[in-house]
Amino acid sequence: MATSAKNVRGLGSAGTGTQHHIRQRVTAIALAFLVPWFVYSIIVACKAGYAGALDWVAQPVNAILLILTLSAALYHMRLGMQTVIEDYIAKTGTKQTLLILSTFAVIALFAATILSVLKIWITAGA
Amino acid sequence: MVQLTLPKGSAPKKGKEWPKPERSKNVRKFKVYRYSPEEGGNPRWDIYHVDMDDCGPMILDVLIHIKNKIDPTLAFRRSCREGVCGSCAMNVGGHNTIACTKGWDEVAGSVISIAPLPHLPVVKDLIPDLTNFYAQHAYVQPYLKTDTPEPEKEWRQSEEDRAELDGLYECILCACCSTSCPSYWWNGDKYLGPAALLQAYRWLIDSRDEGTGERLDDLEDPFKLYRCHTIMNCAQVCPKGLNPAKAIAKIKHMMVERVA
Repeated sequence: MATSAKNVRGLGSAGTGTQHHIRQRVTAIALAFLVPWFVYSIIVACKAGYAGALDWVAQPVNAILLILTLSAALYHMRLGMQTVIEDYIAKTGTKQTLLILSTFAVIALFAATILSVLKIWITAGA
Repeated sequence: MVQLTLPKGSAPKKGKEWPKPERSKNVRKFKVYRYSPEEGGNPRWDIYHVDMDDCGPMILDVLIHIKNKIDPTLAFRRSCREGVCGSCAMNVGGHNTIACTKGWDEVAGSVISIAPLPHLPVVKDLIPDLTNFYAQHAYVQPYLKTDTPEPEKEWRQSEEDRAELDGLYECILCACCSTSCPSYWWNGDKYLGPAALLQAYRWLIDSRDEGTGERLDDLEDPFKLYRCHTIMNCAQVCPKGLNPAKAIAKIKHMMVERVA
């Protein structure tokens, strides 16, 4: 039986949102440069076969750009997943569980992909 | 989870087909949403055949024709009949609009559907419950807030500063934009919606207003403001040709400006 003013005010303004917005835009700008480089490079690298692709990743500039691309993409994905979950899941408990799971999934993907790049780079130097 | 289909009791069923007018060559078919809380049951689509030679040019004229000459039980809101009051906002042929400025010749198809604004509780027939919508408007405090003692005569504003309000002050609060926004459909309880946010920006950009910081504080929220994903339905349906999405983008610019 709450009044409409009570409903609309809810728990008040959270005082956040702008940082999420800025980070989403900044990673998007970074990806606008990194993704075309990534797509082009992967095509070129794969044409040289498995050994050629390994050589490509082992080059420091490529390894650095690859790590930057993966970091920006995964962070951007985490921010986007948050927006999708908040949009479509209204139940607080379910929403918070999914947000935690999406954070874990992104961190796991980050660890696995960065380790892969580092492994190729390190073993190539050995 | 978001409810993508209507609940069982809300899905409209086939209704009554009212008789065609006799000896008329220019007839158009209208499918009108009917719901009466007294009668109960599901809403229904009633079919009306309207003699267009005996009817004015607008969708509102069609509704008035139906109420006067075919079925007096049809309920809808209307007042100014010239696009100033926003009372007759409804969904015509799948698009939110105000019935009084929408010509029936502008709507294509053999049957023209007329339904209440989407995703709101229905009071009766074409009348939606706008309580929450008005409370959202009140939340943005749509009035001048100042601490400086009021000048003896009036608050002065330059012509340039006044021009900033163009494209904002014309809003008639018909709710076409908010109820066309999917983000508002899914989170209308927490997201303020395009209409309230356009009004918020109207006061944020007003050179005379001294409450800018507090206003931004009240909007700094992942739901109240940041549910806008620039879907742009709001700008597409606005019967006054305004662009609420642009106003929301400008609020976001102000938010960014104050942190970086």
